[in-house]
Amino acid sequence: MISIIIFAILLLVGFGVFALNAGKIRSNILMGRDVNRSDRKSERLKVMTLVAFGQKKMFKRPIPAILHFFLYAAFVITQIELIEIIVDGITGDHRVFRASLGGFYTFMISFIEILSVLAFIGTAIFLIRRNLLHIPRFRMSEMKGWPKLDGNLILILEIILLICIFTMNGSDEVLYNRGASHAETLGDESFGFAISQFVGPALFSGLSDSALITLERIGWWGHIVMVFIFLNYLPFSKHIHIILAFPNTFYSKLTKKGQFTNMESVTNEVKLMMDPEADPYAAPPSDEAPPERFGAKDVQDLSWKNLLDAYTCTECGRCTAACPANQTGKLLSPRKIMMDTRDRLVEKGKGIRKNGKDYDDGKSLLNDYITEEELWACTSCMACVEECPVNIDPLNIIMDMRRYLVMEESKVPTELAGMLSNVENNGAPWQFSQDDRLNWKDEN
Amino acid sequence: MSELMKVPTMAEMTANGEVPEILFWVGCSGSFDDRAKKITKAIVKILNKCNVKFAVLGTEESCTGDPAKRSGNEFLFQMQAMMNIQVLNGYEVKKIVTGCPHCFNTLKNEYSELGGNYEVVHHTQLIQSLIEDGKLTVAGGDTFKGKKITFHDPCYLGRGNDVYEAPRQMLQSLDAELAEMKRCRTKGLCCGAGGAQMFKEAEKGNKEVNVERTEEALGLKPDVIATGCPFCNTMMTDGVKNKDKENETQVMDVAELIATAADL
Repeated sequence: MISIIIFAILLLVGFGVFALNAGKIRSNILMGRDVNRSDRKSERLKVMTLVAFGQKKMFKRPIPAILHFFLYAAFVITQIELIEIIVDGITGDHRVFRASLGGFYTFMISFIEILSVLAFIGTAIFLIRRNLLHIPRFRMSEMKGWPKLDGNLILILEIILLICIFTMNGSDEVLYNRGASHAETLGDESFGFAISQFVGPALFSGLSDSALITLERIGWWGHIVMVFIFLNYLPFSKHIHIILAFPNTFYSKLTKKGQFTNMESVTNEVKLMMDPEADPYAAPPSDEAPPERFGAKDVQDLSWKNLLDAYTCTECGRCTAACPANQTGKLLSPRKIMMDTRDRLVEKGKGIRKNGKDYDDGKSLLNDYITEEELWACTSCMACVEECPVNIDPLNIIMDMRRYLVMEESKVPTELAGMLSNVENNGAPWQFSQDDRLNWKDEN
Repeated sequence: MSELMKVPTMAEMTANGEVPEILFWVGCSGSFDDRAKKITKAIVKILNKCNVKFAVLGTEESCTGDPAKRSGNEFLFQMQAMMNIQVLNGYEVKKIVTGCPHCFNTLKNEYSELGGNYEVVHHTQLIQSLIEDGKLTVAGGDTFKGKKITFHDPCYLGRGNDVYEAPRQMLQSLDAELAEMKRCRTKGLCCGAGGAQMFKEAEKGNKEVNVERTEEALGLKPDVIATGCPFCNTMMTDGVKNKDKENETQVMDVAELIATAADL
């Protein structure tokens, strides 16, 4: 009975705290400006199915893709076993589904065990890749400190979780052989699970019944406790991509990558300028909202999709590895743009929740996190957008921040200022007269 | 050669009561840059050869606003766009071919929200369809037979608009050996000119992007580095010069290769 109460408390606290923190993430994301991404639903569903469920873009690099797929598949399928653990925990039962599901149950758990072994191998290789192999994208400056620890912690948590699963099933197997398991006896001598029917006896057959029962409980409780630790770690970790990858791909940009956002606020002003009937001195209607800032200086100036992107980023660095500016030693790293956006959003969200909606901490995403030098190094080549396995768009943030620099602060590199005034005055980025545009026809 | 080129303007055609099938949007590079003008002429020769009824805007053409938009000046971009849309809609233009992937992308994707809706193709798409339809034959021209050619994907043609095959099919019709760089198609490395970088010095780093890209291309020891963008052309040409390889490797637009092979 006591264990049922403890379990119920664990369950409530585990889900409750998670819901609280997930709510904070949601409200942070909704700080962003509106953008319509709810059209073309069937197309969106297709993108989500291919890119998130099917991991299509991961498979551009087959080896990490296969290893990652092991972890992903094991994670998804283990949720089924988790349902049983929760039912057992609340009812005080033991392997409640076994009697009713019969052979299918054996198949299910065997499937989970095989995937768990593959996931174990994947996790171990990932730890080696991260820490022993010199893969440049894991060793860049933005990956020092917490991001590195975060990556390793997740992998270690996963390994502990997998060890718990095999401890639980292995010791229970030996107990069942001896007729001492709490599971209902179905007249057979073994659970017949693919891995633990061998691993269990090999490791634990020397232990007494009471030691095995303790071990089985350690595995069982260890498993569920790890699951809740993991769940509540997610909101503070890049690992939340396991959830956000789905909505993030669903709300992907569906237009061509070359099509950059149109600023309607500018369209209205330009139309007014070009309209000979318009009165330039007309007072704006008194109930009109103050004009929105052009471009983005801080996180609230970005769209909610940019902010969802930031939370979804799992810092794999494929964007940065493909970035021409980064490859040639410039300061720009698209991954850092995403990490900065997220870190600033967390900071700003915390401040606003504490001090109210108009809270200003005197800091901003621009300058305090992202420098002008980074923004001007971008060639807008879209390689980062193309590479991201979960359809994050770092370029959109870079462009919105350039817009703020140019249109609100008139901060533009000198040569670009020259180019812009040429376009304005003679309709070409160079100092040539528009009247000479057809001269090439008669030149040799 | 120039007296053989027929380059009617929209104004002339309209005055004669004629309507062109397609508008050739030359672009600023194609109009003013000495190297790019040669590409423009190659495109015109192909259009003339195939009797495509086209026109240019001539002095009525103005920058699409692409470099303004990429550098963050949305005001200037939209001013340019709306002026151009007034001209284009005034002539009731339906179909446009561009000599530059940046003009192509802007006209095709970014004008529609401002009231300019046109069917826009890049010159490689148009020329490829002329070859496919049998209107243009390059066979017989042995100019590039057995030569090694590599294609550098312009970002706003490839990743930006998913056009990867048209330029490659054109190259295949040359009977040349098409060698791919490791970073090609969706993985193509930028030449370094995009995002208005063409008009400024690069930020501090340890290498120029165009040198990185040219090194990759030269690694294949090609006779020709082909591309489909006047800016890429400039960047790659500079890169080849930087490596002192201008005697071994030429940088050419696909349109120029076709025009040369077809003996135009």
